[in-house]
Amino acid sequence: MSADRPAGVGPVSGGQGGEQDRGNRRGGPGRGRGRRGGGRREQPVVPDANFVSYYGRPVVRASPWKADIPTYFFAGGLAAGSSLLAAGADLTGRPGLRRATRIAALGSVGVSLYTLVHDLGRPARALNMLRVIKPTSPMSMGTWSLTAFGPLAGVAAVAEVAPALERRLPPRLRWTARLLAVAARPSGLLAAAVAPMVGTYTGVLIADTATPAWHEGRRELPYVFAASAATAAAGLGMITAPVAEAGPARRMGMIGAAADLVAEYRMETSMGIVSQTLREGSAGRLMRASKVLTLGGALGVLVLGRRSRVAAIASGAALLAGSAGTKFGIFHAGQASALDPRYTVVPQRERMEGGGSTGPRRP
Amino acid sequence: MMKLPFDLPFAAGPEGPAADAGWQDAPDRKGFFTDTSICIGCKACEVACKEWNGVPQDGIYELLGSSYDNTGALGASTWRHVAFIEQRVPRSAPVDLGMPSFDRPGEKHDHQARDQETGDFRWLMSSDVCKHCTNAACLDVCPTGSLFRTEFGTVVVQDDICNGCGYCVPACPYGVIERRNGPEGTKNVGIAQKCTLCYDRLGAGKTPACAQACPTESIQFGDVVELRERAAQRIRKLHEQGVTDARLYGADPHDGVGGAGAFFLLLDEPEVYGLPPDPVVTTRDLPAMWKRAAIAAAGLAAVAVASFAGSRR
Repeated sequence: MSADRPAGVGPVSGGQGGEQDRGNRRGGPGRGRGRRGGGRREQPVVPDANFVSYYGRPVVRASPWKADIPTYFFAGGLAAGSSLLAAGADLTGRPGLRRATRIAALGSVGVSLYTLVHDLGRPARALNMLRVIKPTSPMSMGTWSLTAFGPLAGVAAVAEVAPALERRLPPRLRWTARLLAVAARPSGLLAAAVAPMVGTYTGVLIADTATPAWHEGRRELPYVFAASAATAAAGLGMITAPVAEAGPARRMGMIGAAADLVAEYRMETSMGIVSQTLREGSAGRLMRASKVLTLGGALGVLVLGRRSRVAAIASGAALLAGSAGTKFGIFHAGQASALDPRYTVVPQRERMEGGGSTGPRRP
Repeated sequence: MMKLPFDLPFAAGPEGPAADAGWQDAPDRKGFFTDTSICIGCKACEVACKEWNGVPQDGIYELLGSSYDNTGALGASTWRHVAFIEQRVPRSAPVDLGMPSFDRPGEKHDHQARDQETGDFRWLMSSDVCKHCTNAACLDVCPTGSLFRTEFGTVVVQDDICNGCGYCVPACPYGVIERRNGPEGTKNVGIAQKCTLCYDRLGAGKTPACAQACPTESIQFGDVVELRERAAQRIRKLHEQGVTDARLYGADPHDGVGGAGAFFLLLDEPEVYGLPPDPVVTTRDLPAMWKRAAIAAAGLAAVAVASFAGSRR
């Protein structure tokens, strides 16, 4: 490296081998162009930005979360959407769709609770979540909405077996089954009232972090997650409910898929260089697969959904898988963006050149 | 802008973050001023911190290939971290004193050319630590109330309450706090851990272990107000001496975290030391995010209604 080169034109530091060099690079000689390793020759879409890092190490820390958390994002959305469908089916007299979606809501809220507790470093202390109500913590607010949602969705689902229960119980205890049957509709409606919060707060939860891909996506993430909740629930509803009753699920699936694709597009185009993390690696593969599945599922619903049960199941499965792909893709993009210092340093440098973010200011 | 039913303490009042958190008659806010221009990289702070706080071993003993830094980064079991940066700085062109030389006129000495090629060398050393932000993201997002604001204005994890949800880890804009990994039986395994600014020592009127052990007073402990004055004086003096690269980091109460309780004097850009150049407490954007979530939630409900409104059985 020669000392008299002007800033910015020093030799590039490779992705892998040049760690020690990176720390050395600074204003004058060889200010590192933090370029990806390998000999890519074509012009990248987003120009590589100059940035310096400490031996290429991350600046922010990636979350310690594993597959439990994106599974929860998916299951929570599925539970929320299902209980909305269940409430609608209940009010419009669609017992088949109602039964299927109520059971789906309870099952997926069960998966949610399992994954949330399993992910904790100290699962035995899970109930400490209920020590405080804290509006500055989306996880606290989410825990409380799930705490309200779970039992309500549970009562509505268990009430589906109330008639069978009533026949089998000794006469002395039959009042419990009748009570369940009476409580079913109010519980289901209350669950549906909480459901939109359950389905969207997770978008705020991850956006309220220093993880670049999540924080930069903060404007669109609640919309992406809400739409993804709708497509997932619609997909499962189409699989489990009779075709004749699944009309609302099909419509919800199509609207949800369209909203999902639009919101994702807007998110990816508003994130600056951090959007690369949604296109590269496992996150990129998941996001591409989820778009194909969501679009394919929606088209399947549109063309064949009402005609055959098989087509309904296939389209529904595609929508479900598309929703899961979105949640896992966004999760992995966030983890990757935290591990590469470029995505922390470059946007902050750009912000500083535009006058800095200083001051307790809200955008 | 939507107003939430609570007021996020985005700018601590003149009484400081402890008063904001509800402490009455709180003592003066305590913090660190780490002057990296006089750090000698001895790592006494790392050792003292480990010893006093009983922090377990962090990983296997490995050589990281990053100068003398084999600690790597702050984490659950590293509450002080000394960074080492080796830099070549361009040597200014030698002034021609018109001395007689053995070369033909216009030609340079070999060694002169070589000097200019290699330039001068410098070592940057800096002891990093939790910033104890005025607006602390880790504390804001903690769902159990385990992280709390002490009467000294610092941010501390209550080990017996944290359930290891891990939310504070990605929330911290500096990547400081971490959930401790390790085999079963490791102290505080599975819960979030970070510098406490030696809360136990502060309560007894003592100096935190790292500052106590620092042989050059690169780590200075004291009242934040006084430390900020001291830092301003030090930076003036360095600038007068021609060290124009010197700058303060985290000392400005108007920055994205409302100022840090532990701030630094650096000799290069923050990112050279692995620090974010423009950190922001993410909860600053939370009211706007909740607003968007409310719109999205209303949209989800509307989609459900629309799905059923289309057809009647």
